[in-house]
Amino acid sequence: MPDLAFLFGQSLSGLTAAMFLFLVASGLSLIFGVLGVLNFAHGSFYMLGAYTAYQIVQWLGRDPASFWWAALGAAVSIAILGGLIERFLFRHLYGADVLYQLLFTYALVLILSDAAKVLWGTGQLSVSRPPGLTGAFKLWGTFVPYYNLFVLLLGPAIALLFWLLLTRTRSGRLIRAAALDREMLGALGVNVDRLYTGVFVVGSFLAGLGGALIAPVKAIVPGMDVEIIVEAFIVVVIGGLGSFWGTMLGALVYGQVLAFGILIFPRFSIFSVFALMAVVLILRPWGLLGRPLKS
Amino acid sequence: MSGLRRIPWALVVVVAALFVPAAGSRFYTFVATDVAILALFAVSLNLLLGYTGLVSFGHAAYFGIGAYTTGILMKKAGIPFLLAFPAAGVLAGLFALVFGFFCVRLTKIYFAMLTLAFAQIVWAICFKWNDVTGGEQGMPEIPYPDLAWMERLPLAGQLRTSDHFYLLTVVLVAACLWVLRRIVGSPFGRILTTIRENPERAEFIGVNVRRFELIAFVIAGAFAGLAGGLFGIFNRGVFPDFVYWSKSSEVLIMTILGGIGYFYGPAVGALVLLVLNQQITSYTQYWPFILGTILIVLLFAFPSGIVGALDAAARRLARPHRA
Repeated sequence: MPDLAFLFGQSLSGLTAAMFLFLVASGLSLIFGVLGVLNFAHGSFYMLGAYTAYQIVQWLGRDPASFWWAALGAAVSIAILGGLIERFLFRHLYGADVLYQLLFTYALVLILSDAAKVLWGTGQLSVSRPPGLTGAFKLWGTFVPYYNLFVLLLGPAIALLFWLLLTRTRSGRLIRAAALDREMLGALGVNVDRLYTGVFVVGSFLAGLGGALIAPVKAIVPGMDVEIIVEAFIVVVIGGLGSFWGTMLGALVYGQVLAFGILIFPRFSIFSVFALMAVVLILRPWGLLGRPLKS
Repeated sequence: MSGLRRIPWALVVVVAALFVPAAGSRFYTFVATDVAILALFAVSLNLLLGYTGLVSFGHAAYFGIGAYTTGILMKKAGIPFLLAFPAAGVLAGLFALVFGFFCVRLTKIYFAMLTLAFAQIVWAICFKWNDVTGGEQGMPEIPYPDLAWMERLPLAGQLRTSDHFYLLTVVLVAACLWVLRRIVGSPFGRILTTIRENPERAEFIGVNVRRFELIAFVIAGAFAGLAGGLFGIFNRGVFPDFVYWSKSSEVLIMTILGGIGYFYGPAVGALVLLVLNQQITSYTQYWPFILGTILIVLLFAFPSGIVGALDAAARRLARPHRA
């Protein structure tokens, strides 16, 4: 029996990973919930968010607050990029088969990954932690970096903000209505096209923000796009595609399974996560907190 | 036009393919073997995609299982190709039966995701199970089957071992395609098409939709396994990449590039994509960028694929004569 402090540390690291994943996966889930499209390029947006943050930090130089501007700038740039792609390309595929939409987003993955290699090379890039969050403190025998604490608090804050937005505002009501019945909403005089672009922009913003925020703790490398999309994908499938709290639950489960799976089967930790996804899909294809789709 | 239609094109292509080694170039034989094997892989996927209307995002799993089966049997157990090759189809088919049993219970996007999840599980096992699959490093040096007897054939005596293997590949792939063609044209194949067009209606007229989908899934998996078995030998090794989801999407792209509405469409897609790949990678390392661009142009301009676009053009040319 390992001691409790170790278990606490392990579970905390799982929790931190879960919050990063939640940021990215919530955007993926939002886009799926409303547009009905699984966006493979979401991971690419996340990767571009990290690279853009790095670039802005380089431009701003030694200004201590530069990281915060870089994170915001990266998220906004990726949001704009997402909006443009939706407006000029993706929109024309809404009537097409699911397969064509999936392949379109896959084509974006290929193009954006090479574009990032051309712009930033194939080496590892890194961003230093913002001032004020560089140290660590000791909690029950585990060192917790302040930056991780910040992320641990930011995750639930964004979740709460998001939930308020979805349930308490007019746009949130429209978004939920669009997820249920798009034609009816259009017939009631709502500009559904604009709503769709808006949702894509918000989803991309979250991906870009997730990428920018992970930059100080993880090396920025080509291939991080595919790594995160596979993880985010598992998270939303476990939690329920399009379900908001489901994504949170999925991220938490994923983080813990990965953190403790490594202890139980060190070599098969990836396996345990995919197996979990398969079990969920078999027993409850719509996810833990999702609702069954009307066919 | 009708005169052209009467020519047995499939036979012509097979016979022409048998003469590729006569060109004497190691490179041509290499590309032709690659094309033949992946054509079978893509056509097997199209049994699901084009004929049954099931989007599988994990077809590489069965390709990889086939490759590992033949590879392990031939390299570690020393079993001859004559047994190791069919074993690839059988084992891939069995896995397809187990995985498919769960997958066909789901609809559309969930079906695609569960096939992907199973494929990734297979990948994770291949990637980590060092003792059996060689893990991350894969399993190099799969032996060629014993093809010395081919030297006694007329015209084939002077050829290299890789040429002999190519001839064997062409014959086996042609046989598999013939069987698949018969399956698609059979009453069973018609039921698959009915399911694609309208599953509810198929259910109403008494078709057990799930069972037929499962059978189609197993057949597609088995033939993908056979393609994988050949590919491991051709590639001189089996690696976890064979099972990775990028392989699944690669074969999806081939299938759609050729045209899912035509039996030989995916084979044309495999030919075009592989030849393009060979040409472009000699100029630039940014092949994914080019592939992505091709894919976007395809999706927007030619959603029915190359064969579909050619077919439409041919029809347009033929129309004034008939009127």
